[in-house]
Amino acid sequence: MAYSFPDEVLEHVFSFIQSDKDRNAVSLVCKSWYEIERWCRRKVFIGNCYAVSPRMVIRRFPEVRSIKLKGKPHFADFNLVPDGWGGYVLPWIAEMAGAYPWLEEIRLKRMVVTDESLELIAKSFKNFKVLVLFSCEGFSTDGLAAIAASCKNLRELDLRESEVDDLSGHWLAHFPETCTSLVSLNISCLRSDEVSFSALERLVGRCPNLRSLRLNRAVTLDKIANILRRAPQLVDFGTGYYAAELQPDVFSNLAGAFSSCKELKSLSGFWDVVPAYLPALYSICPRLTSLNLSYATIQSPDLIKLVSHCPRLQRLLVLDYVEDSGLEELASSCKDLQELRVFPSDPFGAEPNVSLTEQGLVAVSLGCPKLRSVLYFCRRMSNAALVTIAQNRPNLTRFRLCIIEPKTPDYLTLEPLDVGFGAIVEHCKDLSRLSLSGLLTDHVFEYIGTYGKKLEMLSVAFAGDSDLGLHHVLSGCESLRKLEIRDCPFGDKALLANAAKLETMRSLWMSSCAVSFGACKLLGQKMPKLNVEVIDETEPPDSRPESCPVDKLYIYRSVAGPRFDMPPFVWTMDEAVRILH
Amino acid sequence: MENSVAYEKATELRLGLPGIDEPAVLSSVKNNKRPLHDEKSGENGKSAENETAPPSKAQIVGWPPVQSYRKNNFQQAKKSESECGGIYVKVSMDGAPYLRKIDLKVYKGYPELLQVLENMFKFTIGDYSEREGYKGSDYEPTYEDKDGDWMLVGDVPWEMFIRSCKRLRIMKGSEARGLSCSGV
Repeated sequence: MAYSFPDEVLEHVFSFIQSDKDRNAVSLVCKSWYEIERWCRRKVFIGNCYAVSPRMVIRRFPEVRSIKLKGKPHFADFNLVPDGWGGYVLPWIAEMAGAYPWLEEIRLKRMVVTDESLELIAKSFKNFKVLVLFSCEGFSTDGLAAIAASCKNLRELDLRESEVDDLSGHWLAHFPETCTSLVSLNISCLRSDEVSFSALERLVGRCPNLRSLRLNRAVTLDKIANILRRAPQLVDFGTGYYAAELQPDVFSNLAGAFSSCKELKSLSGFWDVVPAYLPALYSICPRLTSLNLSYATIQSPDLIKLVSHCPRLQRLLVLDYVEDSGLEELASSCKDLQELRVFPSDPFGAEPNVSLTEQGLVAVSLGCPKLRSVLYFCRRMSNAALVTIAQNRPNLTRFRLCIIEPKTPDYLTLEPLDVGFGAIVEHCKDLSRLSLSGLLTDHVFEYIGTYGKKLEMLSVAFAGDSDLGLHHVLSGCESLRKLEIRDCPFGDKALLANAAKLETMRSLWMSSCAVSFGACKLLGQKMPKLNVEVIDETEPPDSRPESCPVDKLYIYRSVAGPRFDMPPFVWTMDEAVRILH
Repeated sequence: MENSVAYEKATELRLGLPGIDEPAVLSSVKNNKRPLHDEKSGENGKSAENETAPPSKAQIVGWPPVQSYRKNNFQQAKKSESECGGIYVKVSMDGAPYLRKIDLKVYKGYPELLQVLENMFKFTIGDYSEREGYKGSDYEPTYEDKDGDWMLVGDVPWEMFIRSCKRLRIMKGSEARGLSCSGV
């Protein structure tokens, strides 16, 4: 065709298109664009590792350099997904080892990664650069040693929040002396006391591009200064232990080391903090944009002092020791604040141990005009406060509220919190993530279905009265991708009536609800593009009558068909075989 | 409201609210089968809580939604420094129905460790000699080291032992003798 561009030109144009959504749109234009696009796609994101098979990905995209995979459902973070459920990365690595010899980046979240997988990565990809294991498990420092030793151009090794079998701190010494390419190293999750400190120091010293370094508890306070002096170019730093007896020379050494880091914008770590050492940070506080004190058991006055030195703060993670007074100070000092997360210091205590209430959140919503993202654990809430927050901050995009006691009503009126959360979804038109708590009836779901048009992820617990609640959400929330529900009286009707909706979503999790085994089977039979998995650790679901509710249910769309790596306590409802096990 | 009552009764579903006298089964993920409740427990939490509000609450699995990573790290942060960094290893004994776990950091040396093992499993270990291993008993204490090899307890210095020991096994009979007879 005279008017069509040569493939190389199109390919060049496509190389400027980075987002997955846009790339997918490009591939739908016509067959030739689909072909050209698939050969030049370099990055793939697979939000559910069971939605597609490695072979299918490789077949369509033969030249991938970067892959991101997610495994277990989000509720696995809270021990709701039994061990052995799945999410194994080895089959992916094995296939990619042959198909993508030039693979550079692997990013995994909530997957099971074995030493064998790590060794295979180390062996197979000659130009491997980035390994991010976010909330993964199943591997040890032996696997890490293989990565360190073999990956000559390693830029990023980030183990954030993973469970690592920490056999020996010596793995760090496996980085060869010739390795100078590290840009990011996060070993904060390693739990043992041992770390080969001299190996760490030398590694840090010879990597001039190191921008992000997060240490683990094994690194004591007196050693931090040595590390920092070798890496004054750091932008993000995670301390180890931040506790020691106060000694003036250690203090001044530390303060000096921090002040020499002119680029430092982000701090985290701070396990076991001794408040007396916090002033060592004051020189860098004015530049700080991100501060994670969520493991720091320091009290409100010390927190207030620190925070008041950080006027540029955009992101703060903190324990509820900050109290309402600390949040009020935050609201007046930190006008750039975009994200706030307040975690509970005593989540299982029957009585409040700190003076943190809805007032703190209201203050921040009023004082911080750029606030977009909230995660807040507290023990009381009112509709009035929620309405105020919604009106103050219509720009909220993520709102996750956890009132610690399930089914807690509005403490002022003793009514359900339907109206309050309703105001949140009504005013915050760009809200994409919402977590509910407190006493809630079907009404709140009516609000959510009506107003939550941009809502992509919804987490529900101990809420609602009937199937109508679930029906409102499934029929109203047009952008819904992930829905996770526990302990709600939602049953068969809403699920079956909205079966088609489930194919437009990534996944649905329901545990301790009222969905019957019969409904699960029906859904599995009628919807071939859905994998309907029943989880029951006590006995097979077909040993009980069909009308009995299943314990846990995980439904996700897939083009790969049912999976075959399931443990004995997971059953798939498949159309071809009534129950596959 | 009727609907939820019907659901509750017919489907044996319970919401497992705190403030209700639940057995500890709630806090174990493995034991998901929950007992039937006769009393209506869940229309609104208020009534349940007013009726039964014991001082100690049973924990609901996964609630409040604090990540297990955060919980584990926070627990450790709260411990005193001396408690941190325990070296816990599993101990098995041939013929015993279940394993035990001990913290190697607690002991000062081999004699103490062997004494503890003897008490724990009710047996006697023979006398140790570098040349012949343990003599005078059918049992020999062995351990798996970092390389995955099974070694006789006592051959290496204590500090080296506790750093490299992954698990302990008290071997019995001929298998044990085989180990001590084999060379260095």
